[in-house]
Amino acid sequence: MIVNWYRYSSPISFYPLAGRLARVFGVLAVVFTLAGLYIGLIVAPTDATQGDAYRIIFLHVPTAWMAMFIYLVMAFWSALALGFNTRLSAMMAQALAPTGALMAALALWSGAFWGRPTWGTYWAWDARMTSTLILLFLYLGIIALRNAIDDPRRADRACALLALVGAVNVPIIYFSVQWWNTLHQGSSISLTAAPKMAMTMLEGLLVMTAGVWSYCIAVTLARVRAIIVERERGAGWVASLIAPQGAR
Amino acid sequence: MSPTAVPQPDAASVSAAFAWALGRDLRIALRSKAELGVQLMFYVIVVSLFPLASSPSREVLATLGPGVLWTAALLASLLSLPRLFAADFGDGTLEQIALSPRPLPALVSGKMAAHWLTTGLPVAVLAPLLGEQYAMDGTELWILAAALLLGTPILSLLGAIGATLTLGARGGGSLLALLVLPLYAPVLIFGAGAVDAVRSGLSAGPQLSLLAAGLLLALVGTPFAVAAAVRIALD
Repeated sequence: MIVNWYRYSSPISFYPLAGRLARVFGVLAVVFTLAGLYIGLIVAPTDATQGDAYRIIFLHVPTAWMAMFIYLVMAFWSALALGFNTRLSAMMAQALAPTGALMAALALWSGAFWGRPTWGTYWAWDARMTSTLILLFLYLGIIALRNAIDDPRRADRACALLALVGAVNVPIIYFSVQWWNTLHQGSSISLTAAPKMAMTMLEGLLVMTAGVWSYCIAVTLARVRAIIVERERGAGWVASLIAPQGAR
Repeated sequence: MSPTAVPQPDAASVSAAFAWALGRDLRIALRSKAELGVQLMFYVIVVSLFPLASSPSREVLATLGPGVLWTAALLASLLSLPRLFAADFGDGTLEQIALSPRPLPALVSGKMAAHWLTTGLPVAVLAPLLGEQYAMDGTELWILAAALLLGTPILSLLGAIGATLTLGARGGGSLLALLVLPLYAPVLIFGAGAVDAVRSGLSAGPQLSLLAAGLLLALVGTPFAVAAAVRIALD
């Protein structure tokens, strides 16, 4: 069966699809997260060196991965938005930014609470923490630029360009921070030499990643629906969509 | 947009466009010398505040020095960015520039070059003098100047993208800082790292090479990004 993808580049046909997908991924997110938390908090054994504090990685690692991955996805939709001038691609990029910022903030937050018992400090200028912090700034910059421009179409293209410039910079920032870190700090604080993970821990991590990923997809699709309705409120199909409630 | 086909830009029209924009912006800058002086004074004052905030001891200042001189250079570049396009955007000149048949990337490159010559270059020349205040010696001062000469053009180039994107947007300066400063991070790391490397007896070669590589990348990429951003701003 050949799917006509172009059909879904129009908000009117994407809106109901996004609703269905958001529900599916919302359910998946709940199922995976509950299973992941069960494996992570109950099945997985206590770590020999870190005690029970390590269990925060079941939230920390998936959010850190998602923070980076969502930036790539956002840059992809931004490139489509600039290249083909499609409204929906820009709306997808717009819908992804807050979730990406949330993931970066959660990764930093959970990392701080893992660092306190393990490293003895909430914040160390570790390479990954520093680059995640800069990634959070990039997300916030894109959101702020969006809010500062009144014309949504202009905001679309400005944010898309900024996201692409940021995407070129993210690897440079990442490697420069890593290099800076190795020059300035001993490798005493390093996770790269972490002991081998127990199989159940890895399982829990992967299941939680599936849960967080599904959550991101569900929330982004729900948000893109809200954006579509807000932006297309002048269009007839949106008017008929909201008419039953609005008429009374 | 226009029904007539625009001729493909050749080398002559590219360099003519670059030279025209460079000459125009330099002329404007040199006719308001006071403004340039104020920007330079900003750099001097920020750099002079750090010893007051920490300690006048030579060891502390030697540790802080490269970071302070570079952070202040970032802030000075940031403060001068609105000058790049805001006035031309406000009085409609930018629209005329974008409408001209000359290639827009070359025109904005000329403006960015003028911006660097009037802001980045003076900072790079002045920094070794201020380095004296931070207990730097001969080689370190040379490396500081070399790193700033390679790094400040990157600041002007990357900053130009942010300056164009925020044209006509609310929030002005602080929004610009939020967009641009994270992108400046690698320049800061390599720039301040060059002086640190010399101080700890290593070669500054890797840092300077990486700065030069970054400069080349920015030189190739940003004119097109800024031209695209100008078209977005004029939509």
